[in-house]
Order: sequence, then structure tokens, then C-alpha cells
Amino acid sequence: MLTFKQYVRAQSLDEAYALCQKRSNLVLGGMLWLKMQDRTVNTVIDLSGLGLDQIEQTPEGWRIGAMVPLRALEKHSGLAALTNGAMAESVRHIVGVQFRNLATVGGSLYGRFGFSDVLTLFLALGAVVHLHHGGDIPLAEYVNQPYERDILTHVFVPNQTGRMAYIAQRNQATDFPVLTCAVAVGPEGVRCAIGARPMKAALLTDEAGILAGGITPESAAAYGEYAAEHTAFGSNLRGSADYRRALCKVLVRRALLACKEDA
Amino acid sequence: MEIQLTLNGRPVRASIEPDTLLIDFVRAHGCPSVKRGCETANCGLCTVLMDGVPVLSCSVLAARADGHSVQTLEGLQAEAEEFVSFIADQGAEQCGFCNPGYVMNTIALLRENPDPTDDEIRAYLAGNLCRCSGYEGQLRGIRAFLNAKKAKEAEPNA
Amino acid sequence: MPELKTVGKPARKKDAMNLLLGKPAFVSDVTPRDCLVVKILRSPHAHALIRSIDTTLAMKVPGMVAVYTYKDVPNHRYTNAGQTYPEPSPHDRLILDQRLRFVGDAVAILAGETEQAVAKALKLVKVDYEVLTPVLDPHTAKDNPILVHPEDNWESLCPVGADNKRNLCASETTSDGDVEAVLADCDIVIDHVWHTKPCQQAMMETFRTYTEIDPFGRLHVISSTQIVFHLRRILSIALGIPKSKIHVEKPRIGGGFGAKQTMVAEIYPAFVTWKTGRAARLVYTRQECQTAGSPRHEMELHVRLGANKDGKIRALDVYTLSNTGAYSEHGPTTVGLSGHKSIPLYTGGLEAFRFAYDVVYTNVQAAGAYRGYGATQGIFAVESAVNELAERLGVDPVALREQNMVREGMTMPAYYNEVANACALDRCMARCKELFDWDARFPVRDMGNGKVRAAGVAMAMQGSGISGVDVGSATIKLSDDGFYNLSIGAADMGTGCDTILAQMVAECMDCDLDNVAVSGADSDTSPYDSGSYASSTTYVTGKAVEQACEKLKNQLCTLAAEALGCQPEELEFTGKAVRRLDGTAEISLADLATRSMCSNTTAVQATATHSSPVSPPPFMVGMVEIELDKETGAVTVLDYKAVVDCGTPINPNLARVQTEGGIVQGIGMALFEDVHYTPEGKILEDSLMQYKIPTRLDMGHLQVEFESSYEPTGPFGAKSIGEIVINTPSPAIAHAVARASGVWVRELPITPEKVLMGMLEKAEG
Repeated sequence: MLTFKQYVRAQSLDEAYALCQKRSNLVLGGMLWLKMQDRTVNTVIDLSGLGLDQIEQTPEGWRIGAMVPLRALEKHSGLAALTNGAMAESVRHIVGVQFRNLATVGGSLYGRFGFSDVLTLFLALGAVVHLHHGGDIPLAEYVNQPYERDILTHVFVPNQTGRMAYIAQRNQATDFPVLTCAVAVGPEGVRCAIGARPMKAALLTDEAGILAGGITPESAAAYGEYAAEHTAFGSNLRGSADYRRALCKVLVRRALLACKEDA
Repeated sequence: MEIQLTLNGRPVRASIEPDTLLIDFVRAHGCPSVKRGCETANCGLCTVLMDGVPVLSCSVLAARADGHSVQTLEGLQAEAEEFVSFIADQGAEQCGFCNPGYVMNTIALLRENPDPTDDEIRAYLAGNLCRCSGYEGQLRGIRAFLNAKKAKEAEPNA
Repeated sequence: MPELKTVGKPARKKDAMNLLLGKPAFVSDVTPRDCLVVKILRSPHAHALIRSIDTTLAMKVPGMVAVYTYKDVPNHRYTNAGQTYPEPSPHDRLILDQRLRFVGDAVAILAGETEQAVAKALKLVKVDYEVLTPVLDPHTAKDNPILVHPEDNWESLCPVGADNKRNLCASETTSDGDVEAVLADCDIVIDHVWHTKPCQQAMMETFRTYTEIDPFGRLHVISSTQIVFHLRRILSIALGIPKSKIHVEKPRIGGGFGAKQTMVAEIYPAFVTWKTGRAARLVYTRQECQTAGSPRHEMELHVRLGANKDGKIRALDVYTLSNTGAYSEHGPTTVGLSGHKSIPLYTGGLEAFRFAYDVVYTNVQAAGAYRGYGATQGIFAVESAVNELAERLGVDPVALREQNMVREGMTMPAYYNEVANACALDRCMARCKELFDWDARFPVRDMGNGKVRAAGVAMAMQGSGISGVDVGSATIKLSDDGFYNLSIGAADMGTGCDTILAQMVAECMDCDLDNVAVSGADSDTSPYDSGSYASSTTYVTGKAVEQACEKLKNQLCTLAAEALGCQPEELEFTGKAVRRLDGTAEISLADLATRSMCSNTTAVQATATHSSPVSPPPFMVGMVEIELDKETGAVTVLDYKAVVDCGTPINPNLARVQTEGGIVQGIGMALFEDVHYTPEGKILEDSLMQYKIPTRLDMGHLQVEFESSYEPTGPFGAKSIGEIVINTPSPAIAHAVARASGVWVRELPITPEKVLMGMLEKAEG
């Protein structure tokens, strides 16, 4: 159980930032994962009064506030159009509606959890996180950085130039995934994110040019093999590394073919 | 710390520990329908409506509810009574421990989507675990309610 | 037989609306919040001795009232198993012991004024452990030099083949005919080992108990339990206080499924209250339920099934290795069902059988009673063996069963030579085949995209109460205005037995169901009942209800005879009144009730007690259609159809929901519910985040029907329903998966990984 002495609903980002500089203080997201930790801190910092729960369209893409709940991502028509429905697909299996009404996009990305569907999708989207002091950082870099003492305020998702698809494998409908796979295919190439390895999601491109001639059943299968070879997998309760490697080939191939089918 | 919120339509002012969870707060304030079934936000038994939105009260700080409106089954008896008799007619309440949570989430579902398909019902209630009923009877009950409602609406005005 | 008015009708449960509307009903809702909070310090080691334990710091936390260790408790052993005395489960527990036998075993009991204080104090108890090598592998437990229970005051009260110096909780061999000779003579022998995990009941309400000293100085226990009377006895033995000093009652129970047929939590607050004189409560966390509860016994079953090429099943040899974990609860009895409730399904042409078992102690969480009680494990193995036989012979598994199944009138040698007096298994199979459209759906169908659909089938049986042991009682009394009070010691845990037994009263007394008020279970005021387990309530207690009603009718006639100035023989009971047979006079029930309360010496309260020398099996057939993704191994249950013979369904709605609920639990066991241990013996699936029970997205579509038989020894022809319903999913799903993939997964759960890796292995040859 998470215990603490003080709760502060921050009045400004600067206040939140100042408070989170202390090691004994903690920024709250949806509090779903935090509350399960057996941990005592001094102060928890709540960002829910800072208007970070908006999804805004800009000429370059979408700016999503850190406190936007996953359920809002799921129901948003603009994000559905942007991602060919992959946004909803990536979150709809997460526990239940009540859970997704609480879990936030900021918490999901800041946590950089291995099991994260959200992280997998946003990596493939080429998202950029915005930190109050640290500024803009591409998610592909951010994912490998140590946990910073900063406030993640927004995530920016650029307009997509092509198609995308999201596929995850679960042993049970609302469980953590055994493997996640998000693929974005555009004129500039392929971004393929593979998560729940069970390590945190990793991003692959098509450096070998396997898909240069277009997506065909053969090239998609070849890229699936490539992805499985160039990604590290581990074992946990939900599956072994070998099983994940075998799954990876299938999910990547299917996701690529789904992008093609949609077109 | 002091908080002030609306609980089932009534203003409540209380002094709480900062790390009090909403589930413990509402249970201590006359709402024993709200149940705890796990510590990991998986069971849905503790579902309440916060500003009309279904959330897990085990994962919400009472402090976060400050300034908001919280509703539990104690405050939504009439709305629940409209459909729960159809679930009773299936015998699908069984032990009853999960009932308040899924009744609350069904209220949220029907407010959001008054005419859901079976698949929409299953998807919306997926976060409400039940170990007794096997779920099928709950679905039959909700379906029977929706059919009865439609039949009533289709009746020509006398 | 006259037409039934209330029995056989889908009455609403009497408590349904209040439960659905969230009214206070459960232990935590109806007991005072203002009491001591009790928590348990638990062992981090699978096997250890406490060298020293220092509670000084913990007691310094403001609000702490007591910390108890093994030094504070009586040194005589008992069992937590809720069974009729003398329990078959050896007496091997102390309230707290110096030896710790699994990760989660109780080290100390802490009591304080607030949750926070006790939570803080838990971290301040200083324990010096002498860590010992644990026995973790059931295969090497028997005769292992390391003993789980080396103590001299360990005691086995019944001849179950237990020996603590061999890590044996029970051991036995039974047989009929020469199984080796018949197997040697068979054309085909299916010979494999099946393995099931220690699945958790995962009832939504965790274990919880409130205790206080009542105004008479007695220990008053309000608990979520299926066994108020056994609990009184176990508490008395454990605490070393007279049974007359203990009063146990249960409010509504938030699910049990057998978990609450064991004293899991009650002893701790009871001990605190007895010691301090103060009210106390203990609410188990989900983690405690998962790691220090009373799950299903892990079993490994070696089955040899012998048959002829023509499909005749001639011999069954079953050896079960059951893992009872650190303590004996239900170890000697669950294992029996793994053979005695699987082998008899094939009584048809069986020439010989042998059933042998060992139940071993290991240093993991103690097992207990879980719906199906060993039959579930045995039926998974035997039914799977029959399905493998069908595949080997290339015959329809339904036809194979029709050829070999037990039928009405047969004597079942593997079921204590009981006769199947009421058996509609053949009709269940025929109806299920029709309902499922078996002939069309059994062939494997390619759906494109790597997906195939396939079907599987399984049969099941269970018992109805424990023959010659279980006792059910009912007291019925006439009250004001002519309504009835029914008092029972059986425990409604959501199953609806309060309503079902009231339906029987309404039927017998020819009145409305609303005219019957039910109360129970309460060890002070209810008539004795073994408790609600072993699928006994409808069958055993139901019969007591029937008999109590007959007695009451006679009393009413006696009282009416006084009023009408005639002999009781000249009267008949009509439901609303008692009247003279010649129709010249009558007295209404309401008037009789009034009369019974004024200057009356005739009791209008009758108690009947019933026990049955037999335990008639209900029967069932389940058929499942699955879709297999051959590239990922993912299995989706699409459709489950089941037909059950529970004798007469007293309340078809409740029987149906019981069946549906059991099937979904069975699907969970088959596909999701897994238990892994660290090398040190710690359970990893210690929450509902890791231990995945089915959601409503995981079960496909269910359809249940009944094929009634009439059990002559049951009330209104009823048998049981509560447990059998969990038994078919594991073998049926394993069958469908094998049909779709070619891989027989013989260890539950059937995960996508096991299926896919099995397919890849097969492809590589």
C-alpha cells in the first residue's frame, strides 16, 4: 500500500515541478500502479487541476495532455482516424472501462512499463513527449532514459502519412499482453514497435529494405522474421522468450498485412 | 486534511488522512455497498461514479474527490431498480458480493449507450468480475430489461 | 404424483433484490467497525524454525494491543478441515507453530486499534529464522528425509494411510478384478500422466471474521463460513475451551466454492478476542487468499485405460499423486473422488479397475476443498484418456461413450457398489449432441487466416452429500397469521439454498413461497447440519425439510382436533386450513396460529434430521466449440453446451446459473488459472492481476439444459448440482484443442504457448 503524509493538488506546473525535485515526493498519474507499491513517501503531487486532460488538434498533429485517461483515447474519433482505429485497439483490452477512466496517458508513458500497450503504440506513432523543464523529447529516446524528476505535461502525436495497425496477444482477454506489436507504414518507411517482450517496447525500422518493394505476403513474412531476429525477448509468467519470438513473426506479419489491406 | 464533496447528492465535509482511499471514505460514510475484492484494481467491485464517470474507488484518493460529485449504489436505488429485477428473475445475483459494482457499471453503460448490443455489454462490463454466475445470466437479465423497455416504448400511446 | 406448484419453478431468490441493490448483508457490512484490527505476520520462508522472535518494537507502535507468537498458544494439534468428527484429515496444526511450513504460514498474530497501527507494527516484529531446506516437489516428498511434520503430537484420527514420518497424509489402493491381466489382454492401452494445478476458488469476498464476547461471556463468531457447526468444534479444540462457550453464525456469504469449508481465518480474531476480551476483526487481503487460503489439491494422475479395437473399454487403472501442501486439510478425502467419481462413468463394460493414491505433504500452501473436490482432477484425466482412445481408434467420441457409459440400474463397483437408481446420462448425451449439432461441428473446420474450429466432449459425475456421514436438519414452525419459519444449519453462499428449501416447504405445506421465512445458519439456534458442502444441501437437508413438514402437519392436525373437538385422524391439512374429512368443519391456519399462542400445550414446531446411506451421483455432458489460431496457439471458447441430470431441478433458474457459473470456473481452470512457485517456494500468482479468472469476454456463449431423472431417495426426486458443473470444461477443451492442433495438452492450464510450442515440436518431428 502507498502511504504518504501530504497531498498537494498543484496550482501550477512550476509548483509541481518544484515539489517533484524531492526524492521523497511523487507525481500521481491514474494511481493504479502507484497504489499497489508498498512504499511510503512524503508528498504526492496531483496534476488533475492543471487542465492537462485535453486532446487538441494542431496543424502538425495532436497534442494530448498527460492527464487524459486511456478511455478518452479509446473514444476519440480524431485519434481513431489518425491511427486507423489502432488507438482504441491498443487500449480496449486493458482491464476494464473503470480502470481506463483512471489510467492516464502521461502515467503510462512516464512509467515506461514493459507491459504497456500505450507505449508500444505511441512509439510506432513517432510520438514526442513534452517535459515541463526538459522540453520535447522523442518517445524513442525517452523510453530508454532514466526516470527524470520532471513533469511530463503532454505527448504530441504527429500527423501520420500512411497506415497503421496494432495487434497484441493476451492469454486472457483483459490480462497484460504476452506481446504487443504496432506498425506504421508510410512513404518514409516503416516504424515497428514490439512491446511486452516482456521488456519495454523497442522500435524497429526497415534498415534492410525488406519492404522496399512493397508489402506482400512474402515481404511481410520476411520482415516478421527480421523483427524476431533483431529483437530481444525474455521470459515471464505469461510466456517464454522462445514463444515470444515465434509470436513476433506472426504479429508483425499480420500487422503489416493489415496496413496493406486497409489501404 | 479537509475535503468537501457531494456524496449521493448530499454535501459532505470531512477531515481525512491524505492517503485515504475513496473506497474506505465512502464505506465509512454510510455506503457499505461499495466492496473491495482485490488490491490490484482488477475486480470492479468498488465501482462508483465520479462526476458521472465509473471509476475504481480503490484507486482514487479521497483527496482527489475533493470538489467532485461521487455516487454509490446507495444513491442510485431508483435507477438500479429499473433493471435489477430482471437480473433477479434469472437468479444471476448469486452471492451478491460483486453486484453493487456491476450494477453501478451497468448504470454507466446504459447512460452512455441506452441500446447496447450483447458484445457492447460484454466489453463495457469486462472489468467487473463475477465468480458465481458465469456471466450468462447477468447478460440475459440486462437483455430482458432492454427488450421489455423497447416493447414498452413501442406501445402506442393510450 | 400431483402437479407441483412451487418446486420445479424458477422462483426468485429471497435475498435477490437486496443483494442487487447493495443492501448491507456481509460480515463487513453488518458488524461494528469499532473493534480491534487483526493482521497476521507471515513466513517469508517455505520451511524454517523460529529461533527467536522479538515483539517489543511492534508493541511500541501507538494503538497496538497485542502481538502473539507460538509461545502464547496451546500445544495441541487440530485440523482446519470442516469435516464431520473424527475428521479424516490428520490433526497437524497449532494456532501458531515454531516450525513454519510454507511461504505465508502464520508467524504472529497482531491486534491493534487501527489498520495503520497494525500495518506498521507488522514491519517491526523481529524474527530470527533458521531457514531449512523445503520439500517442494511432490514427486520426491514421500519418504523424503526432510519431514514437513516431524512432531510427535501429530495425530491421524482415522485409518487413512497417513504417516507423518513418511510425509504421507493418506495412501490407499482399491481394486476390482485383475486389472493387470485385463490390460495385458486389451488391444489398445492409453497410458499417460495428467497434471492439474492448485487452483483458487477466488470467491469475490475474501475470508473474513468478526469476533466478540457476548453478554453471557461466550465467544461470538460472525464469519463468512459454510460450516458453522464444524467451526464451533474446531475453534473449541484449537483454543482449548468448551464448545458451550462458542456461538458461530454466518450472515450472507460472498461466495465459497469450498474455500469456506475450512477454518482459514476464524481462529486468529477468535484467539485475540478470547485473550483480550475485546471485539476483533480480520479481513484477508486478496494476496492472503491466494497464498494462505485453501485451494484445490494439485494432482498428478497416471491413467492406464485398456480397450478393444471395437471400442469396448475394459480396464481402468488410476494412480493419483495428490499434493496437500503444508497441512492435511481435505487431503485424505479429495483424492478419493479422483478415482471414485471418474472410473464409474465407464461402468458399462468395465471388467477390472484399480485405484491407488498417495497424498503427500510438501512445503507449499495447504490445499483444501474446492468445488468438484478431486473429481474435477480425476475426470480431466479419465475423460481425456477416453478422448485419446477415440482419436486412436478413429471413432466418434460420443459413440464411444454411448457404448461404454454407466446406465440406469447398473451397479457401480468403483462407486462403493452403489446402484445408479436415477441416471439420465444417456439422455444427457443424446440431448447435448442434438443441441450442439455435434455431427456437423465435430469435424475440424478451417476458417482461413490460420484459424480452425474444433469441438470436444466430456462427461462427469459427482455425489450428493457424503453417504453415511452427512447430517441435514430442518426446523419448521407455525407462526402468527399462519406463516412458517424455516430454520436450517446449511449455509446459503449465494447458491440459493435458503430459497430452494423454502420452495420445498411451500410445496409440502401448500402455501406461497412468501409465506416461508428462512433463517440460518447459527450454531446456537439452527438444528444441526454438517454444513453446505459435498453437494449435500438440496439432497440431504432437503429431505429433512420434507420430513419436518410431515411432522408439522401432524402437529397441526392434533392442535386442530382440540379446537374442533374431534380426533386428529378425522382431519386433513389443506394448506390454508385443517378441516374435517367429512367437510363439516374447519379451522384456518391463521386461527390455528393464534390458538397455538394461548393456553396451548401442543408444539407447532417440528424438527427432522436426515442422513443418507447413499450418495446418488448427478450426471452431466458438456460439449465445447473452440477456435484455435494455429499461428499463435490462442484458444477462444466460442460455445459451450451442457445437459445435466440433477434429478429434479427444484429451481431451474438457480440450477442453470449454478451450471453456468461452474462451467466458467471450469473454463478458467482449463485455460487461464495457473500457479507457479519461485525456486524458494513462493507463489507468483498472488493477486487477481496475476491469477487470471475468466472475464465475460473469455467464455463464449453458454447454453444449459436439464434431462431429469427421479432419485427415489431425494426430496422430490432431486440429486445435487453444485459441484458436478465444474468437471467437464477441462477435458472437453483439451479434446477440442487436440482436435484442432494435434497436441494433447495434459497439464493445465492449456496456454497458447503450450499449444503453439507443442505444434512446432510436432512439426519438427
